[in-house]
Amino acid sequence: MSHPTGVDHSKPHAAHEVHHEELGFWRKYVFSTDHKVIGIQYAVTGMLFLLFGFGLMMIMRWQLAYPGVPLPLIGGLFGDARMPGGTMLPEFYNELGAMHGTIMVFLGVVPLAVGGFGNFVLPLQIGAPDMAFPKINMLSYWSLVLGGLTMLGSFFVPGGAAQSGWTSYAPLSVIAGTGQTWWLVGMIFLITSSLLGALNFLTTTIQLRAKGLTFMRFPFFVWSQFVTSFLLLLAFPPLEAAGVMQLMDRVAGTSFFMPSGLVVSGQVLTNAGGGNAVLWQHLFWFLAHPEVYVLILPAFGIVAEIIANNTRKPLWGYRAMVYSLVFLGFMSFIVWAHHMFMTGMGTAMAAFFQTTTMIISIPSVVILTSLLLSLWGGSIRFNTPMLFATAFLPMFGIGGLTGLPLGLNISDIPLHDTYYVIAHFHYVVAPGTIFGLMAGIYYWYPKATGRRMNETLGKIHFAGTLVCMNVVFMPMFIVGLAGVSRRLFDAGSGYDFAQGTMHWNVVSSWGAWIMGLFQIPFIFNFFYSIWNGEKVGANPWEATTIEWAAPSPPPHGNFATEPQAYRGPYEYSVPGAAKDFTPQHEAS
Amino acid sequence: MSSDHGATSDHADHAGHDPADIDRHVKVYITVFVALMILTVVTVAISRFHLSVPIAVTVALFVAIVKGSLVAGYFMHLVSEKKLILAVLALTVAFFFVLLALPVLTHENGFWIPNVEQAAPAHTEEPHK
Amino acid sequence: MDIPYTFQERRDTGLTNGKIGIWLFLASEVMLFGALFASYILIRTGSPSWPRGDTVLDVYLATFNTIVLITSSVTMVMAWASLMRRKFGTFRLYMGATILLGAVFLVVKYFEYSHHFAIGEGPSHSNFLAVYYTLTGLHMLHVFGGMVVNAYFWGPGSKLYQTNPVWFTNRVEHSGLFWHFVDLVWIFLFPTLYLL
Repeated sequence: MSHPTGVDHSKPHAAHEVHHEELGFWRKYVFSTDHKVIGIQYAVTGMLFLLFGFGLMMIMRWQLAYPGVPLPLIGGLFGDARMPGGTMLPEFYNELGAMHGTIMVFLGVVPLAVGGFGNFVLPLQIGAPDMAFPKINMLSYWSLVLGGLTMLGSFFVPGGAAQSGWTSYAPLSVIAGTGQTWWLVGMIFLITSSLLGALNFLTTTIQLRAKGLTFMRFPFFVWSQFVTSFLLLLAFPPLEAAGVMQLMDRVAGTSFFMPSGLVVSGQVLTNAGGGNAVLWQHLFWFLAHPEVYVLILPAFGIVAEIIANNTRKPLWGYRAMVYSLVFLGFMSFIVWAHHMFMTGMGTAMAAFFQTTTMIISIPSVVILTSLLLSLWGGSIRFNTPMLFATAFLPMFGIGGLTGLPLGLNISDIPLHDTYYVIAHFHYVVAPGTIFGLMAGIYYWYPKATGRRMNETLGKIHFAGTLVCMNVVFMPMFIVGLAGVSRRLFDAGSGYDFAQGTMHWNVVSSWGAWIMGLFQIPFIFNFFYSIWNGEKVGANPWEATTIEWAAPSPPPHGNFATEPQAYRGPYEYSVPGAAKDFTPQHEAS
Repeated sequence: MSSDHGATSDHADHAGHDPADIDRHVKVYITVFVALMILTVVTVAISRFHLSVPIAVTVALFVAIVKGSLVAGYFMHLVSEKKLILAVLALTVAFFFVLLALPVLTHENGFWIPNVEQAAPAHTEEPHK
Repeated sequence: MDIPYTFQERRDTGLTNGKIGIWLFLASEVMLFGALFASYILIRTGSPSWPRGDTVLDVYLATFNTIVLITSSVTMVMAWASLMRRKFGTFRLYMGATILLGAVFLVVKYFEYSHHFAIGEGPSHSNFLAVYYTLTGLHMLHVFGGMVVNAYFWGPGSKLYQTNPVWFTNRVEHSGLFWHFVDLVWIFLFPTLYLL
């Protein structure tokens, strides 16, 4: 932070001194460098994109349930290029599919889980006044916005948005319409945002933690954001490089990913050729595999905090969980080709990747088991955050276990690119991560706003969403095992072997639409409680971690006096203590 | 949170970096500069010999690694840098090698569908590949 | 509210925030260029033939550029050393030289590129050229970016020296680390593209 010329540095000044002039509206709420404002900006942006991405899927689900049937009421809104007579064209289906995936992963979950929760909670939990680089923090948010606007804008270019899957495999993506170029540019903004954020989080965690807060006294949430940031920092750049190369292929006529002699619509392409389409896959998955751990790790962190708090017990196996987290982060860089088992690799490399993939399931299981064991013997409070956090465990369990046959080369052969894969990864991300994120919203909302969200609405939101998630995704395992491929715009209705499972698409679709209805109480609750929620003080959940020492909401600078950590993060129900929780920052 | 701003006229801010130290460092920088110049000439000179590709690659890489290590070690002060930074870099270098090696290993191990132009299989004995 | 350890080292890590920040950024850059090198390896080994660098590119120009960049690395570290000795004028001289040498590098590359384009050797001409333009193009962007930051510290940013010379020296050091990294990448790029 720069000082104006002539300020006397010889006397250190206390934190509570009002140090700067009042900022105008724009500097305070829009172009703020305060991590809490930026965190809320990220969170709200992420939630809006989650809603939008979900909306895209709700449209797709009509086509999947009733292929070829005109979409009622709103079918006419999409124009003849996309839905002539209200019937979905395959190109539009692909556009919706590619953008649903892209938006949910890069504009929804990551901004909320990392940008939102990470930014808001992390400095508070380590007792810091802000992030190490507040201006870079602001830049990273606005880079996200630019990326998001680019992605949204791509819907309006001729030919529509990207439609080659969120995975943008070459050569299809290289010969695709303009929307794909916008996708690539958008990704460069998003990657820049994540890279800047990651180095901020890492520096902040290492340097700005409070006195006495050693690494093994970190709340598990801090560890999860720490490892996540390493994944983002080191795994994203290869995708950025790949994005540049795909841009070169599309715009400058290079052939990084274009094989020789490719024939498109009867015409032989005139590019130089000699490129390698699988090279794109290597570079994409080098990022995208660690990316899925970026998606889950913050949720692990959130769930851990909420479970410890609502069982009034320390986490079981904290040390094992931390080591598992670090090991998981490291392993995540050497498993990526399990997404590429069908690209023709030989048995030696297939054996290598399936071995590393099996090994990486171990730390996941350790973490999940530790969280489950943490429930044992606890005085469990079933508030809304705890309901989501507890439900996360079996849901993530299903997601994780169903990943095993995908990680083994042989069993992956019939399952690759079927609905089984869709079911697997949605279980981990949807009733997995998103449940963790919902839990976090209900949990930290009081800290950010000074008010609680309504519990009744929360429980309705929870129950409806939990049931619907399973209604949507469980049948997809059956459909996938029957052999129905993913990304078929008519859900496989043209295939004989798919006829026996077509009815499940109707079930999934109704599950999705009803799930949409159950988000209404949540959205209403979120806004209504800002003005009408029950007012709370600094520590409404009677939690032990340092963020609850700050006022709700915390002022600029967070803490009146610099906090200090005296003990571990989960000193609940300490024998002989006056209360059933002993905060980390309270001197004995 | 009170932060120690440090006196504005303190010369010995960095541990072991008083003026005499700087002079020693400058001598090192000049020495490294001369070494880098020599190695640049060496690497270009060797390339004139048109060695076989595997040998040429090995030699060129070796020289580049020496040069790079000099820049990293002395200009970027890695020889005296804190363990934390070195650990992060070690991790990065490990993943760098993973990224360099695994894709090509995966391809060497599998069948690589040759390009349409090629009459011969992918690994013919060409002078430069 | 002040962020601690902006220019004072934290005791247990022995580092300032900026030092960690710049190294983390450089780590990400290692992975960025690593991906490009990995792509080069895969495309080249999968290719039936690949021209030797000096048959397509001008080795002498590039050798000159290599000398220019390495020299600029020395002037950069000397700029920082001058600040450590609290010799602001000398700092400006060396920093100015660094920026100038960067500009020379870019000018030479401009001549290289325009020569190739003039004879129809654009990125789409062959995979060799595609790799060449992409790798050197991205490198050039980094040279340019480094020059912009250096120019800021040579010019308007140097005001900070008056109020907080320690912090200013550190920031120049961090900018220098980026500049050395750019030189480091070229040390590998040069033989890879031009000599092999």
